[in-house]
Amino acid sequence: MMFDDFQFSSILVSTIRNAPVLMFAAMAGLFAERSGVVDLALEGKMLAAAFVSAAVAFVTKNPWLGIMAGVGISVAIALLQGFVSITQKGNQLVAGIALNIALSGLTFVIAQYFFQQGGRTPDLGEARLFDIVLPGSAAVAGIPFLGWFYTKLIGGHSALVYLAFALIPVVHWVLYHTRFGLRLRAVGENPHAADAAGINVERTRFMAMLCAGVLCSFSGAYLSIVQSGFFLRDMSAGNGYLALTALVFGNWRPLHTALGCLMFGFFAALQVQIEGVVFPGIGKVPGSLIQMIPYVVTVIVLAGLMAKSVAPKAIGQPFVKSR
Amino acid sequence: MNQADLPRWATAFALPLLNLFSALLVAAGVIYLLGESPVESLGILINAAVLNPEGLGYTLFYAATFIFTGLSVSVAMQAGLFNIGSEGQMYVGGLGLTLVLLWLDSSLPGWLLIPLAMLGAAVFGAAWAYLPGYLQARRGSHVVVTTIMFNFIAASLMNYVIVSFLIPAGQQNTASRVFADASWLPKLNGILPVLGETPLNISFVLALVALVIYGVVVWRTTWGYQLRATGLNQHAAHYAGISISKTIIVTMMISGALAGLAAVNSVMGSTHYLNLNFPAGAGFIGIAIALMGRQHPVGILLSSILFGALIQGGFDLSLEKANIPPETFIFIQGLIILFCGAMENLYAPALSALLKRKEK
Repeated sequence: MMFDDFQFSSILVSTIRNAPVLMFAAMAGLFAERSGVVDLALEGKMLAAAFVSAAVAFVTKNPWLGIMAGVGISVAIALLQGFVSITQKGNQLVAGIALNIALSGLTFVIAQYFFQQGGRTPDLGEARLFDIVLPGSAAVAGIPFLGWFYTKLIGGHSALVYLAFALIPVVHWVLYHTRFGLRLRAVGENPHAADAAGINVERTRFMAMLCAGVLCSFSGAYLSIVQSGFFLRDMSAGNGYLALTALVFGNWRPLHTALGCLMFGFFAALQVQIEGVVFPGIGKVPGSLIQMIPYVVTVIVLAGLMAKSVAPKAIGQPFVKSR
Repeated sequence: MNQADLPRWATAFALPLLNLFSALLVAAGVIYLLGESPVESLGILINAAVLNPEGLGYTLFYAATFIFTGLSVSVAMQAGLFNIGSEGQMYVGGLGLTLVLLWLDSSLPGWLLIPLAMLGAAVFGAAWAYLPGYLQARRGSHVVVTTIMFNFIAASLMNYVIVSFLIPAGQQNTASRVFADASWLPKLNGILPVLGETPLNISFVLALVALVIYGVVVWRTTWGYQLRATGLNQHAAHYAGISISKTIIVTMMISGALAGLAAVNSVMGSTHYLNLNFPAGAGFIGIAIALMGRQHPVGILLSSILFGALIQGGFDLSLEKANIPPETFIFIQGLIILFCGAMENLYAPALSALLKRKEK
C-alpha cells in the first residue's frame, strides 16, 4: 500500500460510524456521573445489551425487538448497580469493575450454552438493522463531492447513528433546561444541600441510573446488530472505558463529550486506514501507536496541561443523610 | 448501623465469609440453570484444585502471581489510592525483566541473573506507576482514571514493542525468544516431589516473604504509619507534618514495583518467554484479593489461594462439564468482587442485630 491509498473521505465516513458506540455510552455515563455515581460499569452494560440484543434479534428475526430486550437487560444491570452504590452505599468503583468482569464471563457462558458457537451468536443476516437510504440518493450519487457527501457521509447509516447524533442536543436540553436536569446536577454537586432543599437524593440518582441503563443499551445494540451483525465475546473491547474517557475529556458536558467521542472515532478510523500505509519520509506508522494517541491526549488533559477537567463534586461518594 | 458496631472477628471473618457464600450461591444458581449439579461441580472443583497434589501445585502457582498483584493494590489502598493499573504495571514489569534477560542471559550465571531480572521487573513496574502517582499528587488528576488510561497505553505499547522488536526473525508467534536455562526459576517439586510436574517455583516462597515484609513495613515502621495516616485522613496527616504528595508518589511506585514482580512468576517461572497479553487479568484479580483480604497479609494469602483454586479447579471442571466453560469462573470472580468488595456491609445490620439480641 502506498500513500496514495490513504483516503481521507473514508476516514470521515468511518468516524461517523465509529462514534455512536461511544456517544451512547458516554451520554449514559453523563447521567450517572452528573448525579454523583461513578459509572465504571458501562463496559458490562454494553456487553450484556450487545448479547441480549443479538440473541433476541436472531431468534425473533426482528432487530427492534432485539434492541428493546437489550434496553431491558441494561436497565436491570443499571438498577443493580444503583442498589449497590446508592442503597448499599458500596464502593462505586469496585461495583463497576465487578459488574464488568462478571458480565464478560456470563455473556460468554450463556452465548455458548444457547448457540454452541464458541461464545458468539450466529450471524444475524436479515435481522441486522438496515441502513437508511436518503430520498434522492440515486439522483445525486454521480455528482462529485455532493454525491459522496449526501449518500455516504450524511446518508446510508442505520437509525441508531441518527439517534446518537440527535441525542446530543436532547441531553444538553434535559441537563440544563429541565427541572430533572437541575436536580440531577444539584445532587451530583452537593447532595446535602439538595437534600435540604427537599430533593430526594436517592430517587434522583436512581432516575439517573435508569437513563444510563437505557442509553448504554443502544451502544451495545449498535455493536452487535449494526456494526458486526453478531455478538462476540468481549466485543465492547474497552469502548466503555473509552466513553468514560470522552466524558472526562469533555468535562462532563454533553457537547464537549460528543466532540471527544468524535475525536476517538476519528483516531480509530485513522488507525485502520493507516495500517500498512507508507508515508513519504516517515515510512510505516504502526497501528498500535495510533491506538495510543487518544489515551495519551486524555492523560495530558487530565494533567491540566490543555484544559482543566473538573468532575462533579460529589462523584463517587455515597450519600448518607445527615440527621 | 455499620461495621463499627461489630466485634473484630465479625468484620474480619464472618462478613467476608457470608459475602463469599452469597457469591458462590448465585454462581451455584447459574450452574444449576446451565443444567449441571452445583454440588457435584463443587466436588470436582475442590478435588481438582486442592485435594489432588498436582492440582494444589497449580493452585499455589497461580496464587503466587495473585499475592503480588494483591499486595500491589493493597499497599496503594493503605494510602487511600485505588490503583486499577496493576495490570499495566505487571505487563510493563514483564518487559523490564525480559530486556534484562535478552541482554544478559547468555553471559551471567543464574544466581546473579535472576535477581537482576527481578530488579528489572520492579523498576519498570515502578516507573510505569510513577506518572499516575505524580499526576495525582501534583496535578490533582484522579489516579483511577489515569491508571485506566495507563493500562490501555501499556497494552498498545507492549503490542508495538513485542511485534516490532522482540519477535525473533522468521517466527510468527507474538512472543520474545525463549530465555536461557540459567534464568528459569527453580521449581519446588525438587524439594517436594509429591507436587508432580507443576510450574510451582520459588516465587511462591518469595511471595510469602513479600507478605511478611508488607505486614512489618505497614504496621511496624514510621513510613507505614505515615502511609496509613495518609489513607485515613489526608488533612490530619498533612498537619502532622507528613508530605502527602511524597507519600502518594512513593506508594504508587512501590505498588507498581510489586505489580512488576508479579510478572516474575509467570514469565520466568513458567513460559520462559514474554508473550502478548500474558498478565491475563491478574492485575484486576489483585483488586478482588486486596478487597477480600481487607489489605491484611493473612487475608491476601487466603484470598490469593482461593482465586488460584477457582482458576485451577475451574479449568479442570470445564474439561469434564461441557456446559461450564472456564469463562464461568470469570463470572464468579466478578460476583466475588461485587459481594466482598462493593456490598461488604450487606449483612452487617443483620449480624449486628443478631449479636445484640444474644447479649440481652
